[in-house]
Amino acid sequence: MSTLVSLTNVVKRYKRGKQSVEVLHGVNLAIEQGEFLALMGPSGSGKTTLLNLIAGLDQPTEGEVTVAGERIDQLSGGKLAKWRARHIGFVFQFYNLLPVLTAARNVEVPLLLTNLSSSQRKQNVRAVLELVGLADRATHKPSELSGGQQQRVSIARALVADPTLLVCDEPTGDLDRENAEEILKLLQMLNRDQGKTIIMVTHDPLAADHASRTLHVDKGRLVDSVRSAA
Amino acid sequence: MLIWAGLWRKKTRTILTMLSIVVAFLLFGLLQGINQSIKAGLGDSSNNRLWTTSRMSAINSMPISLMDRMRGVKGVLSVAHLSFFGGYFQDAKNAIPAFATDVETLAKVYPELNFTQAQIAAMQSTRPGALIGRPLAKEYGWKVGDKIPLGTSIWTTKDGSNNWAFDIVGVFDPSPQFENSPLGRAFWINYDYWDETRQFDNHRIHQFIVQIDNPSQATVISSAIDKLFENSPDETRSQPENVALQAQLKQFADIDFIANSIVGAVMFTLLFLTANTMMQSVRERIPELAVLKTLGFSGPMVSVLVLTESVMLCLFAAIAGLLLSSIAIKAVGSVIGAGTVPRIVIAYGLLIAVGLAIISGLPPALRAQRLNIVDALADR
Repeated sequence: MSTLVSLTNVVKRYKRGKQSVEVLHGVNLAIEQGEFLALMGPSGSGKTTLLNLIAGLDQPTEGEVTVAGERIDQLSGGKLAKWRARHIGFVFQFYNLLPVLTAARNVEVPLLLTNLSSSQRKQNVRAVLELVGLADRATHKPSELSGGQQQRVSIARALVADPTLLVCDEPTGDLDRENAEEILKLLQMLNRDQGKTIIMVTHDPLAADHASRTLHVDKGRLVDSVRSAA
Repeated sequence: MLIWAGLWRKKTRTILTMLSIVVAFLLFGLLQGINQSIKAGLGDSSNNRLWTTSRMSAINSMPISLMDRMRGVKGVLSVAHLSFFGGYFQDAKNAIPAFATDVETLAKVYPELNFTQAQIAAMQSTRPGALIGRPLAKEYGWKVGDKIPLGTSIWTTKDGSNNWAFDIVGVFDPSPQFENSPLGRAFWINYDYWDETRQFDNHRIHQFIVQIDNPSQATVISSAIDKLFENSPDETRSQPENVALQAQLKQFADIDFIANSIVGAVMFTLLFLTANTMMQSVRERIPELAVLKTLGFSGPMVSVLVLTESVMLCLFAAIAGLLLSSIAIKAVGSVIGAGTVPRIVIAYGLLIAVGLAIISGLPPALRAQRLNIVDALADR
């Protein structure tokens, strides 16, 4: 397997008022193509910051971030946005669907940045909604869907442009155990059957059990790496 | 899709804002439409006509005999006269634009009134005859053969009555540019009959209309006419018709100033209203805009979305407002003196709407462009 994500001596500092707070202290990390990686750690440990850097939502203060062969720490705002559209599918804890759009329209949004025709977009949307088991809910608005269904729509939106990397920030954090289990199985299926590389931030050890590797982050450093049998 | 969705995210607010813009542009269309129609009407006034009134004031009368001397001035082709009857129908609030004249000479200086030879002949053969404009006939449902009683608080008949009666002998169809003017709607009566029947001010008229051969000589001919009566008891004041109309209008009100002031104030208020709506809308959608950026929309793309939303909001509402003002002006055109909202007003209206949208949409659009994804998603 080839390395898809590589972080070298990554430092991230935030300015909070007059103070500068270092959140990540020289992190080195390599993630292989096709891996399902869980990032665990207590609140404020820096796991979401790490995820944001890998997803190109934020830039490191120092160090190198290479994803899919591109030094994304060197990309400017516009280029980084284009890069995200091509390579990253993002799943949020609170789904973050656009409330006025139907499930199908929400899933279609990333495709608006492509050159696909309207009919091609609709075809792709239908396929991905079927994949997440929500084809019959295509015309429903988010408020008409359960939490689990909304997260499935969010996953469909993340998948529709066929990204290189699926980035999930506590995707089960707002769900009950049953729905959480369904979402995790869906992610597992996407990793196993579709070969998607997935990075998932979670607090939940049971969720992390579904990943092929779990990394523990504490006080801005990687402290432990466990390979799972899953 | 995204713009439309953003626009209707809060339906009630969008509808209320749109209604405000619709009302503002309805007002804009009405006021500027009337203003421009009046200006256009004045512009249409043929410069080959001069109006000569008493130097004292337009309502002071002058001897009709001055007409013969005016005809001798170089460049004068024809001279007609008119006098204000100032009548009303049944009730004083139903004012009728009635004028006493000699229709044959009037027809020469005002060919736009389209008097037919038969109508002129009918007036000449019917002393208490009246020739009325089609718009006035339509308004009161009058037709040829009707005897119309007109009251007046000024002119008493020789038998001491203020009640006059005239027989309608013709209904004339003025040219379109005269349809809404007082002359095109007028109730024309025979000067000779009126002058012989009234008790006082006989052989005097209120205004001469002088047709000249060369509009570029209007000022020279005006001076020559006024010079004829200089230092006499009946000094005159002559000026080109459109200049006289503008002066009359300004005596009543400076429509231009009033229209521009009201529209300016309304648009200024609207700017704040729209800007506030857009700011509020963007503030509420910060997490959604951050999601769009996460999905790969660039800062400029998100700002264009917000700006386009603002343009659509203003433009749709402005189009509706201008359309309503066109309908309203058409409906009440004859009363307010305008037929349509001129195209130039519509073009200006749409330009103002786009300008308003850009000015009010720019601050929230820039805010959206500068939005930091991580901070926005963390609700910081």
